[in-house]
Amino acid sequence: MEFFDNYKKLFSATFLLFVGLTILVAILPAFRNEKNNAPLPNAVPLSEDAVKGKAVYIANGCVACHTQQVRIVDMDKTWGPRPSIAADYADMHRTDFWRNTATLMGTERTGPDLTNIGNRQPSLEWNLVHLYNPRIVVKESVMPAYPWMFTLKTNPGKDDVVVNVPAEYLKGKSGKVVATKQALHLVAYLQSLKQAPLPDGRPAPEFLYKREVKALPAADGTIPALDGAALYAVNCQSCHQANGEGLQGAFPSLKGSKIVLDDNPEAMVDIILHGYNGREKEGFPPMPAIGTDNNLSAEEIAAIMNHERTSWGNSAKEVTPAQIKEIIEALKSDVK
Amino acid sequence: MKRKNRLKLIRGLFLSAGLFSSYALYAQSEAKRAYYFTDLNGVLLFLFVLVFFLLAGIWYLKIKIREMVKMNRRLKNRNNETDFDKYMKDLSSDQIEAYLKYSKQDDASSAESSNGGNNTALKSGIVFLLLSLSSLGLFAQDRSGGKGSVLGETGIIITIFLLIIPIGAGIVFMIFKVLKLINQKKNQLNLIRAEELAQHLSHSPDADTRRDLIKRKEALDFKLTHSELSGNLPAEDKKGLITSITTDSGLPVVTQKKKAIKRPNVDPRLAKLVLWYIGCATFWLLFGTTVGEYVGIKFVAPDADHLSWLSFGRLRPVHTNAVFWGWASLGMLGLAYYVVPRVSNRELVSFKMGWYSLWLINAAVLLGSISLMAGINNAGGEYREYIWPIMLLFGIGLVLTLINFLKTIARRTTKEIYISNWYIVAALIFGLVISLVAYIPWWQDGLGETIVQGYYMHMGVGMWFMMMTLGLVYYYLPQQLNRPIYSYSLGILAYWTQILFYTLIGTHHFVFSSIPWWLQTVAIVGSVGMVIPVVAGSTNFILTFKGGWHKISDSYTLPFYLVGIIFYFTGSLQGTAEAFRSTNLMWHFTDFTVAHSHLTMYGIITFFVWAGVYTIIPRLSGKEAPQITVGAHFWFALIGLLFYTVPLMYGSTLKGLMWMEGKPFLDSVVFSAPYWLWRAVGGSLMWISHIFFVYNVYKMIGGKAIVDVKEAAFEKLAQTSAGTH
Repeated sequence: MEFFDNYKKLFSATFLLFVGLTILVAILPAFRNEKNNAPLPNAVPLSEDAVKGKAVYIANGCVACHTQQVRIVDMDKTWGPRPSIAADYADMHRTDFWRNTATLMGTERTGPDLTNIGNRQPSLEWNLVHLYNPRIVVKESVMPAYPWMFTLKTNPGKDDVVVNVPAEYLKGKSGKVVATKQALHLVAYLQSLKQAPLPDGRPAPEFLYKREVKALPAADGTIPALDGAALYAVNCQSCHQANGEGLQGAFPSLKGSKIVLDDNPEAMVDIILHGYNGREKEGFPPMPAIGTDNNLSAEEIAAIMNHERTSWGNSAKEVTPAQIKEIIEALKSDVK
Repeated sequence: MKRKNRLKLIRGLFLSAGLFSSYALYAQSEAKRAYYFTDLNGVLLFLFVLVFFLLAGIWYLKIKIREMVKMNRRLKNRNNETDFDKYMKDLSSDQIEAYLKYSKQDDASSAESSNGGNNTALKSGIVFLLLSLSSLGLFAQDRSGGKGSVLGETGIIITIFLLIIPIGAGIVFMIFKVLKLINQKKNQLNLIRAEELAQHLSHSPDADTRRDLIKRKEALDFKLTHSELSGNLPAEDKKGLITSITTDSGLPVVTQKKKAIKRPNVDPRLAKLVLWYIGCATFWLLFGTTVGEYVGIKFVAPDADHLSWLSFGRLRPVHTNAVFWGWASLGMLGLAYYVVPRVSNRELVSFKMGWYSLWLINAAVLLGSISLMAGINNAGGEYREYIWPIMLLFGIGLVLTLINFLKTIARRTTKEIYISNWYIVAALIFGLVISLVAYIPWWQDGLGETIVQGYYMHMGVGMWFMMMTLGLVYYYLPQQLNRPIYSYSLGILAYWTQILFYTLIGTHHFVFSSIPWWLQTVAIVGSVGMVIPVVAGSTNFILTFKGGWHKISDSYTLPFYLVGIIFYFTGSLQGTAEAFRSTNLMWHFTDFTVAHSHLTMYGIITFFVWAGVYTIIPRLSGKEAPQITVGAHFWFALIGLLFYTVPLMYGSTLKGLMWMEGKPFLDSVVFSAPYWLWRAVGGSLMWISHIFFVYNVYKMIGGKAIVDVKEAAFEKLAQTSAGTH
């Protein structure tokens, strides 16, 4: 065919077909998306520190293992209360003259998704220890350690943020571990990663591919209890550890804890729901309001509590979801 | 008869295809209802494959039986006289002698032979067998369809597999039994015929037959003197056709394969350019995969080092970009620099531009690797990690090459533009278009970045690497097989459909994300459309082998092509399978993607580039690599790739299922450890194979040839004679 023997016509046709399709599936959708989406009114713009932290996050290629997108599927519910929407990314612009926009959505989830990590794990102390070496707090973690974001000082100053690192991780060196600006910025960025609520009570899109509810009533009508150990692993274990003993000087032990063993579960429910800062004098950082942040239900809280009250040699009376519900209601009216 | 069978075969294929497609429909409608359905696909697929093989077995048996029935019928209605004539004409010399001797004695004894009868029993037996087989197939289908979500349980899957093993073994056993039975029956019939023939032969032949037979015997006894052509003079090679005769070859460790034939009239300037491209590419392969190997080890030993420049997040893009832009791109371009002028039948227009292009791309990869390790990157998109000033160098390199190639093609002396050049030039155009789209900032605020990212990274793989590699294969494979490509038209079909469908599929890396739903759907549809170019391309390559399969065992390059073709088919179709929404649930975000990209970028692109390298360097330099290290390279690479990918795919599937069940994330990390270890083992084997490759390239380019005694002697002679004068 003459057409195929004329290199100008052949390659022009090839070029035009490709460019035409490119415009349809890449350029126009990108423009449209930019035009039709505005940031959510409730979204908090990144602070100055967080912006610097995002740069640290980008420079170290964290996106290789951490996604920042809650997909619209049920299995992603763990990572955020609602699916991510285009508006969540609308406020992201070109980083600078040299670098592109960073949505950091990622394509690999070797580590957990971080869309909502600011709510899920807000503790500064935990994040710093974890950054120094993740295996201090999560034994099984394969995340790289970032000790170069910390310095060793024999006499840390007043403004220095000291990180409580167990001696075995210092590899024979002495001194106090102090977080550098880099580490603090990075944690500031992580703490700022929170899913903004949708405006004026608009309902979030529903998650698809719902999992079949396993907890069907048994033949005798009783509802089987939730798996407290699994819930503990997801919500509590990173600080209090699998053996319940916490981390000396950083996170308190639940084994033999007065509050956990108390027959009256009120204080324990309060701490789980609203956090705790009663033991700062002993060097323990404040506990975040895990129950509220992670939207734990009364049933889930009961299951976690029962796991904590009956494991690691603890033997306190088990609680019922109904009891917890009552306490939650009472606490609500107290706050009011 | 044969054509009829073929028709039937085609009908059977359509039937089974129908079976598969109906299965696919069923799977989709089911996916919405039952959450657990996706994890059934594997089991169901296995069952369907089993049923398919069963049907194929049944079909085979049916053909055999028909043959039997026909034979029986012929036996019954045969015309005895002509039948025996056939045998009489076919007697061997000894048989004729025996017959003639025997008939002289002429003692007639008669024997009654009875024939037929029990073949009905055989028939009914086989019908029963068929029925039981087909009902078994139905049973398998029913069971898999009916049980629904329970099938997702590992225990049930194991049970089903355990059940299938004996059933399958039983079916195979039965097929063998039936075949044996058929053979027995055939022998029985033959014996009956033999008896009849013996009876016929017991009467002495008439005079005519006797004369014929004697004549035939004389003909059969004819022998050549073995000197009809040569005459009786001693042999002499007057034209000097025979050279380098070795009578003592020693005990070979590996089989001797064919040597490459030195190509005449390769411009030494072109040879030098191509060799430099390949040499640089080889360096980047070793560098890139050393980094990759180390990164893989970090999954097993995360505290291997605590240096910022060597931390995982920084090294990973160093690995991917070095093997992409350094190894694969330079390797392909080097091979293309040979192909384009060759098939245009014209010298390359500008060698200078070729060299500039080489140094620009090398500079881009070098600077890019350093900057990534220093923590300077373009904000996260895969394969878009180099910042724009660095990628600009790469882009200029491509522009220079494109202009060079286009000018060469414009001045070609052939009328047609050979298909290789279509693909190669198209790849360069596309490579430039996607780089521009990806690095121009105007449309990349917010999610725009992600939409462009999906487009860019997948076009990079498919429209740059795959497109150019296909172009190379369209030249090098026919060259190595010494036969033309099977179908030029299929190549053209694959070309246009590749552009049409591949361009659409980018966003299938972001299924279920917040990019527009319709765009995701377009990407999924495009991924299915990719079946057309992939099947067209791989069929074309495989059929080019037709009649030349024996060449594979004689060649050390063809195995690389074959592996590339196999992975082109399987790896690409795996990509289609991964694109569906249901499979995305299970596989997305896991290491399945990593396994897939290694199956394709390594199994397809890298194997094809290796094939091209082993094809072309000996023709340019006149030196070959030792066969034993080429073999070691091939097998380490192939086995390593399988060790790397298969456990990773298996582990990732189970990991995805754990996520879907809502197991704690940390459990899935702990669960992955053994599969990561397997990956490190496979990666190490691959890395070892690259050491062999580097050695081979060195031997082919820079290695000193072994001193030739004769040449050295004459050189010495020349020196001494020069000295005396």
